[in-house]
Amino acid sequence: MSVKQALLALLEQEPMYGYQLRTEFEARTGSAWPLNVGQVYTTLTRLERDGLVEPAGADDEGHEIWRLTAAGHDEVAAWFTTPVARTQPPRDELAIKLALAVTVPGVDVGTLIQRQRSATMGALQDYTRLKRQADASTGRTDLAWSLVLDSLVFAAEAEIRWLDHCEARVRRVATESTPLIAPARFERDEQEAGR
Amino acid sequence: MSPSSVVLRLHGVTRVHGEGATRVEALRGVSFAAHAGELVAVMGPSGSGKSTLLTIAGGLDQPTEGRVEVEGTDLVALPRAGRSRLRRTSIGYVFQGFNLIPALSAAENVALPLELDGTRTRAARQAALRALEEVGIVELADRFPDDMSGGQQQRVAIARAIVGERRLVLADEPTGALDSETGEEVLRLLRARCDAGAAGVLVTHESRHAAWADRVVFLRDGVVVDESGCEPVESLLETSDAR
Repeated sequence: MSVKQALLALLEQEPMYGYQLRTEFEARTGSAWPLNVGQVYTTLTRLERDGLVEPAGADDEGHEIWRLTAAGHDEVAAWFTTPVARTQPPRDELAIKLALAVTVPGVDVGTLIQRQRSATMGALQDYTRLKRQADASTGRTDLAWSLVLDSLVFAAEAEIRWLDHCEARVRRVATESTPLIAPARFERDEQEAGR
Repeated sequence: MSPSSVVLRLHGVTRVHGEGATRVEALRGVSFAAHAGELVAVMGPSGSGKSTLLTIAGGLDQPTEGRVEVEGTDLVALPRAGRSRLRRTSIGYVFQGFNLIPALSAAENVALPLELDGTRTRAARQAALRALEEVGIVELADRFPDDMSGGQQQRVAIARAIVGERRLVLADEPTGALDSETGEEVLRLLRARCDAGAAGVLVTHESRHAAWADRVVFLRDGVVVDESGCEPVESLLETSDAR
């Protein structure tokens, strides 16, 4: 996730000070990706070095205010009109775990999949509960937060569908050939397939 | 939770179809409970027994072995007439295909189970209007199913399932024929009914819909293999409390 792009986009709305940027970011994304204030200040320093933001004095309480430069405005416009790159898929621990589980001997893949599915289902239930709370209000910030929640919901759903798919594939392989993984777990299915 | 709040309980339910070479065990020793105020989702691939579980829970089918209790009454031991009566008064069903009667208006469809049970027409209509009010379409009371959208028809079906204060609502893929936003509305209504004190059982193959439930039961080959739904994702919940 690009903290840099997010801070620039927030400054497009209006000049803000460091702590305010953090608060606004979290209001929109519901703290799904917590941002520490130190990260905000180091990013602002880098953005100033790159000529994308500049200091705009202090407010009444002495907070240092930042605003976009012309180059900063261009950067924001470019970000919103360019798709997010998908050059390399992010490292996915679960996919890697499954790939190893079906090749390393002695792993009970069926149980692994079921435990993961339960855990992901639990997370999906929590997201849904939060969504119900978020949907109750209708403010603009809550629209942002509820769309972020939807993103988490759809990602969890996709993971469960993928797990279902993996389970079906692994079961089919187990019934078609000599099971190399966790024979006890698939014994029953073989009997059924043989009927 | 106190035992009195259990609305539906299955004890070691087994259901066998056919015999000999064609013998199929749809359910094998399933035990399961749904409490008042609780929505339970049942998930599983096709052939896992989830629809069988729902028809047995609703007294539409009988188990080969085991007991089914609805509000403390054993459905299996009940004579046929008693079972039918319990079905009409305590249990509501919502199906994927809505199953509304085309020749009856929305209000008449909803009032039908009450009238079959001997409620006078006027009182049945009053109750039907209250149920339609609860699902947000009381203004469509005199419209016929063919003149309504899929989402509206499913709302009528839900009103029919909850009319007369039924305490057990059983739904089999109720969102199957609807687009995702309309489907979500249906889940919201089921959820609201459970929050108001009914017990709900929702059979679905969509995890996004099952996530509306308090508990999710996974069925495989007629056996409950797992349950989920108690441990919250701490970080997000803390955040929401702080908001």
